[in-house]
Amino acid sequence: MGLGGFLGSVWQVELVRMVVLAAVVFTFLAVGGPLFLVLAERKISAWIQARVGPKHVGPHGLLQTVADTLKLLYKENIVPHRADVVLFSVAPVLVAVAALLDWVVIPFAPGWVVRDLNVGILYFAAVSSLTVIGIVTGGWASNNKYSLLGGLRSAAQMVSYELPLAFSLLLVATVTGTLSTVRIVEAQPYPAYLYPSVGVAAVVFLVAATAETNRIPFDLPEAEAELVAGYFSEYTPMRFALFQLGEYGSLLASSALFTTLFLGGWKGPFSLPWLGPVGNGLVWFLLKTYAVVFFLMWVRWTYPRFRIDQLLGLSWKVLLPVSMVNLLVAGGLVVIVR
Amino acid sequence: MPLDWAYVAVFALVGAGMAALPLGLVWLLAPRSQYPQKRIAYESGIIPFGEAWSQFHVRYYLFGLAFLLFDIEVIYIYPWAVVLRELGGFAFVEMLIFLGVLGVGLAYAWKKGALEWA
Repeated sequence: MGLGGFLGSVWQVELVRMVVLAAVVFTFLAVGGPLFLVLAERKISAWIQARVGPKHVGPHGLLQTVADTLKLLYKENIVPHRADVVLFSVAPVLVAVAALLDWVVIPFAPGWVVRDLNVGILYFAAVSSLTVIGIVTGGWASNNKYSLLGGLRSAAQMVSYELPLAFSLLLVATVTGTLSTVRIVEAQPYPAYLYPSVGVAAVVFLVAATAETNRIPFDLPEAEAELVAGYFSEYTPMRFALFQLGEYGSLLASSALFTTLFLGGWKGPFSLPWLGPVGNGLVWFLLKTYAVVFFLMWVRWTYPRFRIDQLLGLSWKVLLPVSMVNLLVAGGLVVIVR
Repeated sequence: MPLDWAYVAVFALVGAGMAALPLGLVWLLAPRSQYPQKRIAYESGIIPFGEAWSQFHVRYYLFGLAFLLFDIEVIYIYPWAVVLRELGGFAFVEMLIFLGVLGVGLAYAWKKGALEWA
């Protein structure tokens, strides 16, 4: 009776729902992100380089990241003595929160989306770029020359690749006439005459998303051969783990958004009757998302790193003009055919 | 509509709380060493000289300016993208002109060497 009375009014129920959803999504992010992906990355890199990879903790090394995380709990947090303590502590949390906020608009299955915002993809573009603030803050606050260089490179890189990414999002918005992620999934498959445009936008999106998540071949902010570890050189265990959470979380979120925009989200070529619509949607969505993640890992372990001028040149001199023209072509087609 | 943003706010708060949780655990569990050298910045193992917070060359300054310009233009294109289907040819021609001006701006920045990392 007491609980019923407490939960009586509508807004309290809604508040409990919000908090529970946030906790569930965060847990999914932590487990499906770094905990699983770090292991996957190590296993896949080992496979690509004809090594064995982690093998000893648990069956086939499956519990390696769990053990590593537990180990991190027993390591001291150190703040360098000339660092800015407040900013230094806030930066990793900010990066992790940015990765969590991405997931508000990602539709997992029919009806399974935290909030179907009417400005969905614009919101995604906005919150995913919060990451760069965390990274620059961390690089600056460490008071370490390598961290600072990493943070500055990161700023240049991430603002440059934001534009091609935004143009890809705009193309999808033009084609579907909406910014809501749920309605974008419902509008797919796209009409055949738009395939070339959407295809170009998809490639641009994938390249830009790799750059936004600071992964090889675009991992200059943490280039270990020249910058120690870039912007997180000074970060000790758990704070470093939060940066990892942010990095793998936004990798997963970018893959999920790619799935939503270009691969039909929760829709699949066939469905299993005993799973129901939500189950099927969830299975297809996760399969596609992790397939994209696998592709990005494959790229990472296959290509060497770009030089910074090549990296910025690729964004400003190739991807940006191409995606501007592409947007106009798609817009023209939409107007002609409508 | 306000409810949507309440969700975003609660996500940010709960996320920050859950991210801070392991930091609290570390504070409780981890041993602390009294070795003062642990707080020296790690710059390849040598004792760092000078501050990192000195004057430095913000190489991405011009990129930052160009980004600011383009990002605002992009914000203008979002509403256009949503209503293009209803407005039709007129809106398309307008966007042609808008992106044309933008393209000239990009070409100018390119020609001026603003897009070189130097």
